[in-house]
Amino acid sequence: MEGGQTTPMRPAPREADAGLVQALRGGDEAAFADLVTRLTPAMLAVAAGQVPSRAVAEEVVQETWLAVLTGLDRFEGRSSLRTWVFAILLNVARSRGARESRTIPFSSAFPPEDVGPTVDPARFRGPDQEWSGHWASPPRGWDLPESALLSSEVRVLLRAALDALPPRQRAVVHLRDVQGLEAGEVCALLGLESGNQRVLLHRGRARLRQVLEDYVLEDRVDEARG
Amino acid sequence: MNQGQDMNCDELVEVVTDFLDDALDAATRRRFTEHLAECDGCDAYVGQLRTTIGLTGTLRADDLQPDLRDRLLTAFRDWKAHPSPR
Repeated sequence: MEGGQTTPMRPAPREADAGLVQALRGGDEAAFADLVTRLTPAMLAVAAGQVPSRAVAEEVVQETWLAVLTGLDRFEGRSSLRTWVFAILLNVARSRGARESRTIPFSSAFPPEDVGPTVDPARFRGPDQEWSGHWASPPRGWDLPESALLSSEVRVLLRAALDALPPRQRAVVHLRDVQGLEAGEVCALLGLESGNQRVLLHRGRARLRQVLEDYVLEDRVDEARG
Repeated sequence: MNQGQDMNCDELVEVVTDFLDDALDAATRRRFTEHLAECDGCDAYVGQLRTTIGLTGTLRADDLQPDLRDRLLTAFRDWKAHPSPR
């Protein structure tokens, strides 16, 4: 069973799925709990882009898990279990969103938070300066051991920054970087053109990097002050 | 396009995800790697973005609110006790 794994490495989906599906069909609650824990935050993020409130998003997630359980016997492993779960989620969320008449199609025109430079233009030399377009204030090295970046403080910070991303960026970052889905899978699930998928992903990533940079530098200033 | 020109830092930072997803055309990819090899600032930027992506991947198992988790597990027990007819 893959349920006991604690490493962030992504298991090869298909083999891991076969065991998992069998465990779920057999009513293995630990296997279900593990799957729920891993997928639900991303499911909430994706649902939130389609329905009006957090409460409705939670209902969508709950309805999705019931549909997954009752549909398990029909799951044939043509996609990964994860992709199948997200496909059901989007069906449930879209029909729910349509009922609440507040669906935001992922393919709609980009709102202001999804356009413009991802790095503050003030960090680059201006058009009338020598070396225009090159760094004026380049990123400084983080020089942190991996353990420091994996501290719970950083995780809480990163988690909050992820939750605060605009809805479409948040959904794409969850699916690509938290869940590790392939670009093609995410495009198919969200109905996104691949270029737009990368724009949303890159904007989200750039924002999260900035949050980490602010944290690392602030920490260093504090240290220098003693 | 800017095919013949060197890539600037402010252009590079916008196409890192395209680079990582192997979505740049050959000419732009060459301009990207040539710039990266010579620019410490961009090298740091790309490294930090990679680190960010790696850290984001570790959030997978984090903090699902207990009440939602409990509701889902209750639903599982109900399903197990009364599998719905197909």
